[in-house]
Amino acid sequence: MHETSEPAVHQHGPPTSFIRKHIFSLDHKVIGKQYYGLALLAVVIGMILSWLMRIHLAWPAWPIPGLDKLSAVGAPGGVMTPEYYLSLMTMHGTIMVFFVLTNAPFAAFGNYFLPIQIGAEDMAFPRFNMMSFWTTFTAFVVMCAAFFVTDGPPISGWTAYAPLSAVGKDAGPGLAMGQNLWAISIAIFCIGSLLGALNFIATTLDLRTKGMSLSRMPYSTWAWFVTAVISLLAFAVLLPACILLILDRTAGTSFFIPSGLVLSDRLQPHAGGSVLLWQHLFWFFGHPEVYIAILPSIGIVCHILPVFARKPLLGPRATIGCMIAIGFLSYMVWGHHMFVSGMNPFSANLFSVPTLIITIPATILTLLLIGTVYGAKMRFTTPALFCLGFISVFISGGISGFFLAQPSLDTYLHATYFVVAHFHFVMAVASIFGVFAATYFWFPKMYGRMMNETLGKWHFWLTFIGVYCIFMPMHYLGMAGNVRRYSAFVDDYLIALIPVHKFITIAALATGAVQLIFLFNLIWSRFRGPVAPDNPWEGTSLEWSTTSPPPFDNFGGRHMVVYQGPNEYGVEGAANDYVMQTSSEKIVTS
Amino acid sequence: MSESEMALSAGQSGHAAFMEPSPYGIQSKKLTMWLFIISDAVTFGAMLMVFSYLRAGTPNWNAPFHFSPSIINGMVMTFVLLTSSLTMLGAVEAAKAGRKAASLKWLGGTVLLGTLFAVLHLREWFHMFDEGWRLFQNPTGGPVIFGAAFFSITGLHLMHVISGIIALIVIAIGYSTDWLDSNHVETTGLYWHFVDLVWMFVFPLVYLMNAAR
Repeated sequence: MHETSEPAVHQHGPPTSFIRKHIFSLDHKVIGKQYYGLALLAVVIGMILSWLMRIHLAWPAWPIPGLDKLSAVGAPGGVMTPEYYLSLMTMHGTIMVFFVLTNAPFAAFGNYFLPIQIGAEDMAFPRFNMMSFWTTFTAFVVMCAAFFVTDGPPISGWTAYAPLSAVGKDAGPGLAMGQNLWAISIAIFCIGSLLGALNFIATTLDLRTKGMSLSRMPYSTWAWFVTAVISLLAFAVLLPACILLILDRTAGTSFFIPSGLVLSDRLQPHAGGSVLLWQHLFWFFGHPEVYIAILPSIGIVCHILPVFARKPLLGPRATIGCMIAIGFLSYMVWGHHMFVSGMNPFSANLFSVPTLIITIPATILTLLLIGTVYGAKMRFTTPALFCLGFISVFISGGISGFFLAQPSLDTYLHATYFVVAHFHFVMAVASIFGVFAATYFWFPKMYGRMMNETLGKWHFWLTFIGVYCIFMPMHYLGMAGNVRRYSAFVDDYLIALIPVHKFITIAALATGAVQLIFLFNLIWSRFRGPVAPDNPWEGTSLEWSTTSPPPFDNFGGRHMVVYQGPNEYGVEGAANDYVMQTSSEKIVTS
Repeated sequence: MSESEMALSAGQSGHAAFMEPSPYGIQSKKLTMWLFIISDAVTFGAMLMVFSYLRAGTPNWNAPFHFSPSIINGMVMTFVLLTSSLTMLGAVEAAKAGRKAASLKWLGGTVLLGTLFAVLHLREWFHMFDEGWRLFQNPTGGPVIFGAAFFSITGLHLMHVISGIIALIVIAIGYSTDWLDSNHVETTGLYWHFVDLVWMFVFPLVYLMNAAR
């Protein structure tokens, strides 16, 4: 039996050339920052897209300056056509879900901090790691290329429902070359994610330092680990689905195209496929993907909140158990996205049950977080505020999930803004709040400088109020029957709702503008922020046992030995009120 | 520095004393191969699901494979692939025991049997092309989706076989020049057995259940 292998890449010292150091780097810390940079670029594009859509929804006749430059066909004179609205919506969803919510909390922070938190020098396969970033980057470039082809990006939504996505240009604008680029980009993205998932799992299992048993791993590490397992299985289904879609589009097969389909007055030369098959494959990936987006943020909040509550996280084992339960259940509920798809209504009931069951671990997690804060002497720093904000938006978004899990209610609400409000709160905003918390929390470690707290608090409060102004009214819009994916509201019953849309648009523009505070803080603190100590927040986990920023091999040649769990806050009788994981101090429990 | 060199130098560096033992007590690379196999099994599972879904949803599904030559050919292919798993086992055992020359011979045998499988498979494909089968065409007048389902699922498997043959050749060359070690042979063996195992699902579902009566 051989010894377990470990990366020895650092034995030759850090690379010196610019390209090896900053572009094709094997260092997990650089790769983490690269992922973060890519997510930042993607979120800016995604947010601009949402602004364009919101402006058009509130004032459909307004020409948007410069939009005709992006697409003369899609926005003649700057006023977008209904089809171009759908193109922008597709790109907003795709970019945000794949390149922001999957990349930022998981790939970016996971890459940077998972090896450090377990006391490793690097990931198990640094070369794979570099490849997964550059694969993901390639996917992003291919996706963005869809903006510049003749009839623009696809109009089929981020879910690319067949037959719209499978047929080609007869089905509408953007469904020729744009949809090809979409499918190719997502297939490439799957490969990058699978490589990353393999690497994360092998690293977590094999590269833990002495004393870092599984039960002593920080909750963020646990969340990244569980997320990697979910990714490994979920992207393995999306990859063949995308390849079959590409075959349908280019090789004349008809996996997802039924017989006798007439589009643009032309009988399509396909027969025998099933449109529901695509939905089954897509959502078998798509629902776990939702947890790929949210679980890392849950883990990050579980990791950060006790630091500022100065109390151990309530129910540490239950927390980890709930994460695993959510990961497991995420594979049993995909059909709840398909209640109105024409699927057998009996199977809708079948999918409704596990969906309601999944609320149990989610609720336990939330209650444990609230219980952790209860009676705590909170230190209200910016990362702490974003953690509390996370709990708030996670609850707000989660509660509407109870309604949507029931087929009878979902039938009415599914195609409305109620669903838009639900998933933006529970998946998008919650996950992004986790990313904000992580950024403010770990920035000192990553760059050796503190971020500005005053700007951070302004950023939190304005964003927090902003997202509620944007998404809360959408619940009411949905219940009033306001359908989603419409580019303008001209029906009688919808005209009365336009003032609400105007309010949401103004809130969206303002909340987006507030993010400039964050961007400014990020750049300014990078160069001008006060120098950060090694452990500015008095945390216990291993990343606080090394310098800020960590040296090339993370611990400067030291081999860390772990004696404690990550949860030793508010310890009575200890030298401080906390005990580092590397401290061999005995903890006396009364 | 290649991944393999890293593993070699890690073996010599003695870092393991400062690490938690791996829960499975195997090399990271071998663990990763197992993880890849799990992921790939899900991919094949999705494809088999697609095949079954389309079959169940198509009322006039046809069964074009006659016992001779299609099913016989498939049985020979199955026999060849199963035998190649046996020779792979020989290669792994010999490599573990340090009998390099024997291991290389077994690897050569595995490559030959794998190639024979691929040739038999391609010969069958070309035979079907001649009959008029295409991804979007069914010469028997049955559902056209049959061609798409058949060629995509067997194509995915054939792609795995061909990748496996290439991997075996690379590993054999690396092993003979001491660039790679017996662990690489074993890890590649895991993959090869998996490809074999998948065929045990593909063959009944795609061939036997579509045998002409």
